[in-house]
Amino acid sequence: MAHPTTLRPDLKHIAEQIRPNSRVLDLGCADGELLAWLQANKQVRGIGVDVDVNSIVTCVEKGLNVIQADMESGLQHFEDGSFDYVVLSLTIQSMHNVELILQEMLRVGRCGIVTFPNFGFWENRWQILLGRMPVSETIPYDWYNTPNIHFCTVHDFGKLLHKLGMQVNGQIVLHQGEPVEFLPNLLGSLALVRFSQAAKI
Amino acid sequence: MTNSVGIVTPNKINFEDPITLSSGAVLPRYELMVETYGTLNADKSNAILICHALSGHHHVAGYHTPDDKAPGWWDSMIGPGKPIDTNRFFVIGVNNLGGCHGSTGPSSINPETNQPYGSAFPVVLVRDWVETQARLADRLGIEQFAAIIGGSLGGMQALRWSITYPERVRHALVIASAPKLTAQNIAFNDVARQAIITDPEFHGGDFYQHGVVPKRGLRLARMLGHITYLSDDGMGEKFGRLLRTGEYKYGYEVEFEIESYLRYQGDKFANVFDANTYLLMTKALDYFDPARHYGGSLSQAMRQAKAKFLVVSFTSDWRFAPSRSREIVKALLDADRTVSYAEIESAHGHDAFLMEDAPYMGVMRAYLNNIAAEIA
Repeated sequence: MAHPTTLRPDLKHIAEQIRPNSRVLDLGCADGELLAWLQANKQVRGIGVDVDVNSIVTCVEKGLNVIQADMESGLQHFEDGSFDYVVLSLTIQSMHNVELILQEMLRVGRCGIVTFPNFGFWENRWQILLGRMPVSETIPYDWYNTPNIHFCTVHDFGKLLHKLGMQVNGQIVLHQGEPVEFLPNLLGSLALVRFSQAAKI
Repeated sequence: MTNSVGIVTPNKINFEDPITLSSGAVLPRYELMVETYGTLNADKSNAILICHALSGHHHVAGYHTPDDKAPGWWDSMIGPGKPIDTNRFFVIGVNNLGGCHGSTGPSSINPETNQPYGSAFPVVLVRDWVETQARLADRLGIEQFAAIIGGSLGGMQALRWSITYPERVRHALVIASAPKLTAQNIAFNDVARQAIITDPEFHGGDFYQHGVVPKRGLRLARMLGHITYLSDDGMGEKFGRLLRTGEYKYGYEVEFEIESYLRYQGDKFANVFDANTYLLMTKALDYFDPARHYGGSLSQAMRQAKAKFLVVSFTSDWRFAPSRSREIVKALLDADRTVSYAEIESAHGHDAFLMEDAPYMGVMRAYLNNIAAEIA
């Protein structure tokens, strides 16, 4: 199997989590980089969703299946349990209805994979301490032009999943594409969380 | 005429095999008016069928004479280097059975009576059109179309093709269409039909023998239709409340530019279109419902299909709204079929599928490029 070295670093770590021959729904798929790689290298059957028509054109150019839709109102196009993985990369922080999308992800798929900028990263904390809104590699906007409305830390995200009856199955915190093992919530700028419904006791 | 298919000549193709229509009526023989562009390749794999909408016909691209004022109705999409590239594809435009542009229809001579069919012409359904188009493909030796493409009523034909002849459709492009009409849509159609039927010159459909044409009814039908094909914003942008003379006349003559435009469109249409064909085409729209034979489940119906699908809708289209296209997409996904869907931002209403909005052309071009690569 080809190693996903050509992918954007966070997508590379997502790609590593996905089993060959599975069905993948990529929410906010943008230019379809992840899906195209998964289709070519892991024989994945994938569908992308994006709200931006330019993304749709780019994905169609790549021969991907893609649906133009606004995910804020849920994933009505898709039946329960129709995917093995539902991916939402670097999008959740810009969504209004975070709880709904997480529930929808686990309605249509067995496993969710989310990546988001970790607001707990020390540089962000430092800038707040200095009295400024953080601007960094993973949060590259000023407060007045950012599409991001729901920042969270690695800890916060885990707590929300727990509240929704979901469990974390795996978590990688990255900085500049490299995994951070030591004090991840402080030293990692980007988090990847794999989750599913919590096992019923 | 750059990027145009240039001067084209339609062909009338004669079918001597009788056809039994969905209604049970039999036509002993019929003709289809057909126009083609590009070249059919050796293995006959590059054919694209363009299905026409309500008032459409075979003339989809190019010009009939050098001084033709307007090209075929989808000339923006079809031609050398255009999204439906005639350098790569063999494109077929056909006037449907029941039409009034050369195919056998109500204004044709009924061989049994030597009079125009008129009211005797049977009701034709979308599936009947697909049957005649399949026979046309047989005649041309085309086993499988690279793509069947249609907007509105044309999209319904593409859907029906994919269900009835799954092996014969590689890709179906369903644009600004719906899986079936809503009550509101049927209501609009019936108002249009009533305008025609109640015109004193309609004569129960047999106006040909009276040497008259129910122009007033046809004109009203077209004016109504035209309003529903545009969006409020698009109309507002183009006409607003502009007055022809700049002042109110306090009467019932044409005052607003929109009135003038609609009457012009209505008159133009009434001079070239057959009233019975209008009735027949709107009825075909009303009856279309492929889910009907699958317990009302569109996804069951779509499970028959083997084609890959591109579905496109336009945000300001309220006659065939994006939500209707989403029903098709959902049914295809539920049936585990391959589908892509674009919802194009446009102010042009239902007519947007004939316009050149850049993202729309972009999606079509990208999708058709892939088809060309597939069959190469």
